[in-house]
Amino acid sequence: MNEDKHMLLDVRHLSVGFESYNARLERATFQAIADLSVTLSAGDILAVVGSSGSGKSLLAHAVMGILPGNARTGGEMFYRGEAMTAETKARLRGREIAFIPQSVAFLDPLMRVDSQVCGVSGKGQYAKMREAFAHFGLKPGVEKLYPFQLSGGMARRVLLSTAYVADAELIIADEPTPGLDLEIALEALKDFRVMADHGKAVLLITHDIDLALRVADTISIFYDGRVVETAAVSSFSGDGEGLKHPYSRALFRALPQNGFHLDRCSRCGSSSATWVVDEREMRCGCHA
Amino acid sequence: MLEVKNISFRYGGGPWILKDVSLSVAEGERVAILGPSGYGKSTLAKVMAGYERPASGAVLWNGAPLPAREYCPVQLIYQHPEKALNPRWKMEKSLYEAGPLDSEVLNEMGIRSIWYGRWPAELSGGELQRFCVARVMRPGTRLLIADEMTTMLDALNQAHIWNFVLNYAKRHRMGIVAITHNPALAERVATRIIRIPELNHVEVDRSNL
Repeated sequence: MNEDKHMLLDVRHLSVGFESYNARLERATFQAIADLSVTLSAGDILAVVGSSGSGKSLLAHAVMGILPGNARTGGEMFYRGEAMTAETKARLRGREIAFIPQSVAFLDPLMRVDSQVCGVSGKGQYAKMREAFAHFGLKPGVEKLYPFQLSGGMARRVLLSTAYVADAELIIADEPTPGLDLEIALEALKDFRVMADHGKAVLLITHDIDLALRVADTISIFYDGRVVETAAVSSFSGDGEGLKHPYSRALFRALPQNGFHLDRCSRCGSSSATWVVDEREMRCGCHA
Repeated sequence: MLEVKNISFRYGGGPWILKDVSLSVAEGERVAILGPSGYGKSTLAKVMAGYERPASGAVLWNGAPLPAREYCPVQLIYQHPEKALNPRWKMEKSLYEAGPLDSEVLNEMGIRSIWYGRWPAELSGGELQRFCVARVMRPGTRLLIADEMTTMLDALNQAHIWNFVLNYAKRHRMGIVAITHNPALAERVATRIIRIPELNHVEVDRSNL
């Protein structure tokens, strides 16, 4: 299927919609992801960057096969060149593919940390879990705690340990650093770099382009349900002239260290933060 | 001007979050408080805006305590707009809670009237934060405390909101205290930068953050 044997994950034209019924019992579909294609090879960190609430988390849920029942998906997904079905996803998750969700809320509140970290691999993994805890700087004794007893940073490191213990090839991290300051966030991201340098692939889903620029190899800019551009981190430099899509360029130039720049509509003066973005361009809504 | 005089604060009988913090912000001045998590930046914001009372020390506005029963000249914007809006109020009610607003403010913030009838859960974080900022852009606001105001937003929305707030502040001589972990942002928005570890004399154990 795939020429590149290092290619781990290949997502082609993924779409995710949700079916629901309105007050008149008419069926309606809400399209959260319209068209999303990403590829990821061993040793690489790919960051999918999009604003909060843009639906990018659903990519992680789709790959893991943990979308809710009313979700309708389209497109194709391959893992090591093999088409992914609900069965293969169930086999891969927790073993080949580890998911680091965005908050401690994804830990089972009634289960001690150790059972959750060992996960589907079972208690045979205890030595490995201690190794992971030492690696991520968690003190002995943490394994007997319940999630509510963990601080935000400890919870994140517990979640990272799950990926370490599973020895997963593909790590999907969804907004792993919210509310952490830069120093601690970079520490967290350094762990991903180490994992990638050991031949793992990391899919990082985040709203923070600043952070993505510091750790990822490749960045996909996600907007309104589609990837508008995928570019190497090196393209995000200078005035953004190496970027193809005006939205990626605008995002990059709006960073405080890159000029804090905004464009204004020549007709109505509205700022580019309120403009319409489509596959090829971004423009003010007043241009009919 | 705002004066914070030797304040200390803790939640209940817990550890001290703020110890002997003093600073003052002159009329129309733009100050950034910069520093990592765990140093009590957000607690300091709440104390400065009058949401929490210090255990000792005082917060004074032009020499007197902050008014408790009228529009407060010190207004606080949170990191999470969804927590600052009543989920059972439609957007219009939240927007005009403190009275009418200048239509220019609404235009420049890009607030669309079709959002008025929506619930907070139906708008994005960037859209909600524009409402939260717009509703305090009125003459009564003399000092804006922006606590990680744009941390959860994309770079374009961040630049949009800050550009507007800085312009408004210059035109109306409104002061700003920007609380942030981002040095580049602090450089952009403030004329004076204070590092929180130098301000707050409390021991911080960062191993458990």
